[in-house]
Amino acid sequence: MTVLDGDLTDRSKRLRQPSAVEASPIAAKDIWKIYNAKTPADAATIIRKNMSREEAAGTFGAVVAVRNASFAVQPGEIFCIMGLSGSGKSTLIRHINRLIEPTSGMVSINGANILNKNASELRQLRAQTVGMVFQNVALMPHRSVLYNVGYGLKVQGYERGKRDKIAGEKLELVQLSGWGHRFPHELSGGMQQRVGLARALASDPPILLLDEPFSALDPLIRRQLQDEFKAISREMTKTVVFITHDLDEAMRLGDRIAIMKDGRVIQVGSPREIVMSPADNYVAEFLRGISRGQFVNAGMIMKEINGKVPTGKKNNHVVEETPLDKLLELLVENESALVMNSKGKPTGLITREILLRAAKTVIQQR
Amino acid sequence: MNPSRQVGIAIMGVCLMLLLWACISPVGANPFIVHLPFGDWAQSLVDWLTTNARAVFQVIKSPIKFVLDVFMGGLRAAPPTIVIVTVFLIAWQASGLRLACFCAAALGFLGFIGVWEDTMLTLALTLSSLLFCLVAGIPLGIATAKSLRVAAVVRPILDIMQTCPAFVYLIPIVMLVGIGNVPGVAVTVIFALPPLIRLTELGIRQVQPDVIEAAKSFGATPSNILFDVELPLAWRTIMAGINQTLMMALSMVVVASMIAVEGLGLLVLRGIGRLDMGLAAVGGVGIVLLAMVLDRLTQAISSRPALVASSSASSTKPVELIRSLFTFSWRTRSDGKLQ
Repeated sequence: MTVLDGDLTDRSKRLRQPSAVEASPIAAKDIWKIYNAKTPADAATIIRKNMSREEAAGTFGAVVAVRNASFAVQPGEIFCIMGLSGSGKSTLIRHINRLIEPTSGMVSINGANILNKNASELRQLRAQTVGMVFQNVALMPHRSVLYNVGYGLKVQGYERGKRDKIAGEKLELVQLSGWGHRFPHELSGGMQQRVGLARALASDPPILLLDEPFSALDPLIRRQLQDEFKAISREMTKTVVFITHDLDEAMRLGDRIAIMKDGRVIQVGSPREIVMSPADNYVAEFLRGISRGQFVNAGMIMKEINGKVPTGKKNNHVVEETPLDKLLELLVENESALVMNSKGKPTGLITREILLRAAKTVIQQR
Repeated sequence: MNPSRQVGIAIMGVCLMLLLWACISPVGANPFIVHLPFGDWAQSLVDWLTTNARAVFQVIKSPIKFVLDVFMGGLRAAPPTIVIVTVFLIAWQASGLRLACFCAAALGFLGFIGVWEDTMLTLALTLSSLLFCLVAGIPLGIATAKSLRVAAVVRPILDIMQTCPAFVYLIPIVMLVGIGNVPGVAVTVIFALPPLIRLTELGIRQVQPDVIEAAKSFGATPSNILFDVELPLAWRTIMAGINQTLMMALSMVVVASMIAVEGLGLLVLRGIGRLDMGLAAVGGVGIVLLAMVLDRLTQAISSRPALVASSSASSTKPVELIRSLFTFSWRTRSDGKLQ
C-alpha cells in the first residue's frame, strides 16, 4: 500500500516538474517586449528594475508591450490568453513564431529555443510546425480561396496539383468544399475565417496560433465556429494558443486560461481554478456575470463519509463531477444525495444544508 | 557626428555670417559683398566630365541605341495595316470593341494626314524610353519603399528631376552624349522616370501589412512576399505610374526635338520656327492622338477586373474567341471521349 502511495506521489511530482514544462510544445520564459527604447541600455534598465508600464513611459518614454510573461502549454490543450485590448496578448502570441522578436526572454517549441534559429530554419518552423489564424483573416485578395489555402504549401515547394488537392481537403474540413475557385471578397466574414482556419491547417502543423479569430463575427456565427474549431482541434490533437478578449469564449474553449493585464500574465489556470480563486480584484472584476455554478461540483462540497455509508435512507447517487446546477435540481426533490467516485465507491454525502451553504458562498462571491 | 553633417553645418554657418553682414550693412549699399561664381563652377564641372568621362557616356549609349534600333526597325518595317490591326486586337482584349475602334481610327487618321513614319518613330522613341524607365524605375521604387536609407538618397534626386527644367540638362547631355535620337531617349528617361519610381514606392508601401504578415507566418521568403503579395497588390498603382511615365515621355518629344530627335516633335518645332501653323498642327494632332491611344490602352490594362470568379470568361474578346474556337474543334474531334 505504501509502495503504491509512493508511486502515486512520484508520478504527480513528475508531472509538476519543470522538466515537463521544458518538453512542452510551447514554452515562453520571462518575455519582455519594449518598443521605443532609445538605447538597449534603457531597455535593460527597465527589465532589471522590473518597471511597470507607467514607470517605463515616464522615465524612458518607452512602451512596454509585454512585461515578464511566462507560460507553458501542454500537448493537445487549448491554451487561451485573455486580456483587454492593449494588454499585450497579440504581441505575446507573435513571439511564439517569432513574427516579433522579444527584447529579452526565451521561447521554445518542442524543447528547442527558436531564438537560435536562422532565417531558413525559422521559415521551416512557420511552414510546418506552427499555423496561424488572424483576426482580420488577411487573405490575398487577388488570389482564389484555393490558392490562399495552399499558399503555405506553395512556399514549401509543393506542385500546383498536389497543393490544390490538399487545400481542397482542408476546405472540406471547414465545410467550404466547392468554394475554392471563388475570390475572398465573394465570401462572408464567417466563411473567410473558415478559409483562414483551413489555411492554417494546410500543412498539418501540430501547433496552431489563433489571434482573436472570431472577434469580428456576429454572435451566432461565432458560437458555431467556436464549437467547430473545438471539435477539429480535439480530433486532430492540435496544441492551440488562442487569443481572445472575451471571457466567455476563453471559458468555452480553454483547457487553461492565462489572463493578461498591462503586458503581464497575472494568472494562469483552468477555468475552474480561475473562477474559484481569482488571483486579484482585476480578475475577480472580470468574472462578474460568469455563472460559477458550473465550476463547483459535488466532490468539492460533499461531507466525506470515510466508508461509513449511511443506512436507512434511500439515497440518490451522483458522481463527484456533478456540477452545482444539477445538484440543486436533484435536492429540490430529495433530502440528500450520496456521492460516488469514478470507481463507483461512495465517498461522501451532500445534504440540503451543505448544498445551501455552498450555493450561498458562490452567490456571495459574485 | 558624421562628416557630411559637419560639412553641411560649416556651409550653413558661412551663409548665415554673410546674411548677418547683409543685415547690418548700411541701407542702400549693396549687401551682397561676395559674388559666388556658381555658373562657372557648373561650366567647369561639365567641362571636366566632357574631357574625362565622355567614354563612360559613350558606353551608356550602346544599349540605348540597340533597343531603339529594335523598336524603330520593327515599327517602321511593319506594314501600317499590321500595326493598326495589332493595336486593334490589343485594345479589344484589354477593354472592348469601342476602344479598339477608337485606336484603329486614330492611327488610321495619322496615316491619312501623312505622318505615319513620324508617328512610328515617336512611338519607338517613347516605347524605348518606357522600357528603360521600367528597368530602372520599378526596382528603384521597390528599394525606395523597403529602405529608408535608399529613400533618403532617391527622394531629393527625384525632386531635382521633377523641378529642374528639361532645357537645363539638355546642354550637358548634348556635350556628353551628342545629338540625335539616342540622347533624346536619355533626356526623355530623365524627364519621365520620377512618377514611376514614386508610384511604385507608394504602391508597395500601401500593401496591407496584415497580408504580408500572414504570408510571413506561413514561411514565405522575402522574395515570395515581393512577387506573390506586394507586386500583385501594388499592380494598379504601378500601372498608374507607367501611364504617367508614358504621358510624360510623349510630352517630351517636342523638347527633345531641339537636340535633333526626329518624329512628330520635330514637325512641331519646324512649324514654330517657320511660323507654319499647318505643320505645327499636324505634329500636334499626332502627339495628342498617340497620347490618347497609349493612355486609354494602359488605363484599360490596369483596370481590368481580375477579381471575379474565373468561370465567367466571356467569349467576346479575341483571346477567348480563339480559345473557344480551339476548344470547339478539339471537342468535335475527340467526341465521346469527353466525360
